[in-house]
Amino acid sequence: MKNKMEIKNFSFTYKGAKAPSLNQISLPIQTNKVTAIIGPSGCGKSTLLRSMNRIHDLYPGNQYDGEILLQDKDGKHQNILAIKKENEFIRLRQKVGMVFQKPTPFPMSIVDNIAYGLRLTGLKNKRKLHEQVEKSLRDVALWEEVKDRLNDDARGLSGGQQQRLCIARVIALKPEVILFDEPTSALDPLSTLAIEEMISELKQNYTITVVTHNMQQASRISDYTAFMYLGDLIEFDDTETIFIRPSEKQTEDYITGRFG
Amino acid sequence: MEKVFKTFAQLSASFVFVVLVATVAVLYITAKPAIEEFGAHFIIEPRWGVDVIQKNIPANAPPTTSTSTRDSIKPASSAPVVNTGVADEALDDGDDMSIDDEFDTDESIPTDDDMDTGQSGLPGSADRNIKTIYGGAVPIVGTIFSTLIAMLFSIPVSMGIAVFLSEIASQQIARPIGIAIELLAAIPSIIYGMWALFYFGPFIASVFGGHSVSLLIAGLVLAVMVIPFMTALSRDAINTTPNVLKESAYAMGATKFEVLKDIIFPYAKAGIIGSIIVSLGRAMGETMAVAFVIGGIFQFAHKVTDATTSIPVVLANNFSESSGMSMHALFYLSLILFIVSFITIFFAKYFLMSKR
Repeated sequence: MKNKMEIKNFSFTYKGAKAPSLNQISLPIQTNKVTAIIGPSGCGKSTLLRSMNRIHDLYPGNQYDGEILLQDKDGKHQNILAIKKENEFIRLRQKVGMVFQKPTPFPMSIVDNIAYGLRLTGLKNKRKLHEQVEKSLRDVALWEEVKDRLNDDARGLSGGQQQRLCIARVIALKPEVILFDEPTSALDPLSTLAIEEMISELKQNYTITVVTHNMQQASRISDYTAFMYLGDLIEFDDTETIFIRPSEKQTEDYITGRFG
Repeated sequence: MEKVFKTFAQLSASFVFVVLVATVAVLYITAKPAIEEFGAHFIIEPRWGVDVIQKNIPANAPPTTSTSTRDSIKPASSAPVVNTGVADEALDDGDDMSIDDEFDTDESIPTDDDMDTGQSGLPGSADRNIKTIYGGAVPIVGTIFSTLIAMLFSIPVSMGIAVFLSEIASQQIARPIGIAIELLAAIPSIIYGMWALFYFGPFIASVFGGHSVSLLIAGLVLAVMVIPFMTALSRDAINTTPNVLKESAYAMGATKFEVLKDIIFPYAKAGIIGSIIVSLGRAMGETMAVAFVIGGIFQFAHKVTDATTSIPVVLANNFSESSGMSMHALFYLSLILFIVSFITIFFAKYFLMSKR
């Protein structure tokens, strides 16, 4: 199987909710491609994304049904919904990194922000840490801007720089999949452009899933697009097909701006 | 109407400054005679209400005016020309002694007058030239140590409860415990004092030895008293950590402890330090609960299980029976407490404000 992740008949119910928020979603996430999930607010796109690294489990009581398969390096598939042990969660989250809507620099220096995840994996060698930090910062085109103030508090960076820092922090861990949850919705157009370019670069080495409410962004950066509405996956196809010849009426209405 | 409202609001606001200035002024003016008499030496002088016979003064410098008398007394009081017998007696008598002192103080004032009229040079008058010394060292040290013991116990416990409530416990458990904490904070201190005297003190004494009144028990009662405040304030500080920040740490593979240590505590640091300092201020100024269990005797505690006294306790116990210099000395002591508390709260505010 060529897909990095495979979501099969997946349903998700929040704690205390009567009806599931996601109904029977089936969606392939292809290796080294960008998959965009679009849809109006409240359609469940973030809920789906947050299931893919089980970050929902920080708040107990949610219910998962179905399967989410993640391909290992040796090609085998593991159902991540079966994970129960803390150290398996940690391994999953190191394999499936996540970038959030708002930049979330940790309350520490720039260099410590990047090195944080590496230190968690047990890497202590200072020289290796520094190499990794520099490489990650170069990958997100932040190195030139921050190389003279690596020990400053990361919260002093601009919003766009902070978001790139968060991406550098994730790729320093060398994940296999990176999940982006509306990564540019809090940023200005220039920073947005920089992040979008970076995502297109990153797909050479990583499998990427982006949740966005910005349809132009989805059409610019993604190879595949999934359209969701009210917890259902309405349509999934090549981005080009979705935006030019959608087969579902609802998709067409949303893309042409008739609702949502 | 607009104008009336505005004036009323302004008056209410200026009331704060009036009270602050008035308090400081009264404390300072009433303490002034004691400040002039004992100076900074008051802080390190352990004797309270002890009579000292001043042998040197008549021989060296026969006083001509009352001001020069005062000047010459000052160095003499700091010099170790002490009738040790009297000093020991005072220490042994402890609490009761301060009552006797009031009469001594009153007597010592006519003695000064006698000196001014020129009788001081006569043989035999040296015995009558008695001065009562007041020093704040014992209560100051007692206050510092009882507060330190309180902080030593309350900080880890409070942090544990706060972390449990905000990060570990589920809503169903966190809510009732949170309400219980707020109820504990509402209990008047005298009730803590009674509880400590009749139940907690004997219990601690049976575990650590010593009497059922001691520095240790006072510190522990203070700890119990400030834990609700510290817990509630630091829990609120911890809760200000944005969920998404914690999530992004978890998303990097951090465990709960790592998120606490690396994200939540650094983020909430300012608020947590503020909560500790506010609690420190409360512990220092606490009167009733400590008065029950610290013993109230003017004696340094050589062990933590010894009884001693603290500034608020000295003030509460001695005010009704003091006049003259002992009254001034009490005001001097309260001024010291005021300044220390003021500095503490100032630091707390500084930390709370510098939060972002």
